[in-house]
Amino acid sequence: MKLKYFSAPYIIWMVVFIAVPLLLIAYFAFTTDGGSFTVKYISDVGQYANIFIRSIWLSLIATAICLVVAYPVAFILSRMEKHKQGTMLMIVMLPMWMNFLLRTYAWMTLLGNNGIINHLFGLVGLGPYKLINTSGAVVLGMVYNYLPFMILPLYSVMEKIDKSMFEAASDLGCNSTQTLFRVVVPLSVPGITSGITMVFVPAISTFIISRMLGGGSNLLIGDLIEMQFLGNAYNPHLGAAISLVLMVIILVIMTVMNQFDPEDQVLM
Amino acid sequence: MKKLGKFYLILVLLFLYVPIFVLIVFSFNETKSRSVFSGFTLDWYKRLFHNKIIISSLVNTILVAVAASIISTVMGTLAAIGIHSMRKVPKAVVMNITNMPIINPEIVTGVSLMLLFVFFAARMNLEFGFVTLLIAHITFDVPYVILNVMPKFNQMDPHIYEAAQDLGCSPIQAFRKVVLPEIMPGVVSGFLMSFTYSLDDFVVSYFTTGSTSQTLPITIYSMTRRKVSPEINALSTLIFVAVVIVLIIKNIIENKSAAKNKTVGEV
Repeated sequence: MKLKYFSAPYIIWMVVFIAVPLLLIAYFAFTTDGGSFTVKYISDVGQYANIFIRSIWLSLIATAICLVVAYPVAFILSRMEKHKQGTMLMIVMLPMWMNFLLRTYAWMTLLGNNGIINHLFGLVGLGPYKLINTSGAVVLGMVYNYLPFMILPLYSVMEKIDKSMFEAASDLGCNSTQTLFRVVVPLSVPGITSGITMVFVPAISTFIISRMLGGGSNLLIGDLIEMQFLGNAYNPHLGAAISLVLMVIILVIMTVMNQFDPEDQVLM
Repeated sequence: MKKLGKFYLILVLLFLYVPIFVLIVFSFNETKSRSVFSGFTLDWYKRLFHNKIIISSLVNTILVAVAASIISTVMGTLAAIGIHSMRKVPKAVVMNITNMPIINPEIVTGVSLMLLFVFFAARMNLEFGFVTLLIAHITFDVPYVILNVMPKFNQMDPHIYEAAQDLGCSPIQAFRKVVLPEIMPGVVSGFLMSFTYSLDDFVVSYFTTGSTSQTLPITIYSMTRRKVSPEINALSTLIFVAVVIVLIIKNIIENKSAAKNKTVGEV
């Protein structure tokens, strides 16, 4: 009995439900309703350059904030006593187990014009400020939702850095800043790159966070795709073309990230 | 320096938890106000339990998560056995395609499956509903099972399967008694991972289900689109409590098995 035939059901499944659908995206992106070849839809994507730029820009900002906020958290966690680390990590990751719609909804109620933040401002005689339906709110939503995705990979590389590394660095005359930039940062590069991809990919393709916190004026690529398939603007060909461009952008970003990764261990 | 670190950690935890606690507090609020707490009530919880849409979507969510994770675990484990014994090139091809749903943004997976179903729907009388939802969930679940089981095969000594057969086991007995126990931890974590992903999924479900098979995340989404009702807060509170209970149980089990391993090691 050949063991490799065990995978036959999955191979069929994989071809029909993973490979064919992705090929369908490419097919729809390059054909008209009648089925003849066209580059019209791909070139139409250019009309939405502003939305693409906004998506890339907002998700880059969110990724950068996540990195800056998460780095010290991961470091502090990794230097705690071993038995505390597990519990602390669980506490940090716990909000991730709530559905992201509820987490985003929480910010909707906090930031709203009648929300609690404006209410507190009102008590000290300030505001009300326009907090919701701004691009800042969208970035905040991304940071809130994806911060643990940055903490986890950073923590798992830092946890492996031996304490003796710090002692050696200080014995050799490094002060703490030098130790940080010459020892900790270089050793945590794999965590940085996988953290960046784990935050950037969902951030650039989200369509709910922008809709719930950004109002109508902060459309992202995800919203644009969703509108072509389920919205009023029904046009699967254009939707497929936008999806294809999004996939290419992500592929480029991941390739760039892999260049920085010494172990080449990111999923690809 | 240590104090500063603690202070920073507390700040980040506040950022993560305050929004959730505000939701919880306002689930007990008498009025619909989202900023002023006017009095305690359990009305929103009562309403929640009488909300037929929420109950039926909860049932749907659990049904699809159970079915999808069981099918994915069986198919994914069989697939891992087969892939493990493949030659280098076909193995690389299969693994690269398997990684696609994990690397691709969820919206692309959702949209691509939707295109496929629309394509079939026109030709095969297929309707968007439970079946399409289940297919979609299995599709994004199986890769996680394979990625959890594969490393166990790589760690396993390939000769023990042959040794079992030399000692008189049939191939099926050898698999059941020798291989299965070795890969079991991977199978279990693959199952749990696909179950939680199914339970939590919104984006792929959103594109692949019909109006007859709404899942809880989809119902939550439509609730946030309509008028604000503190029922969502009540629902969030219940989900939060459930998550805390599950994680505490998980922690206890892990600590117990860690303690067990430790005593075994000491003996």
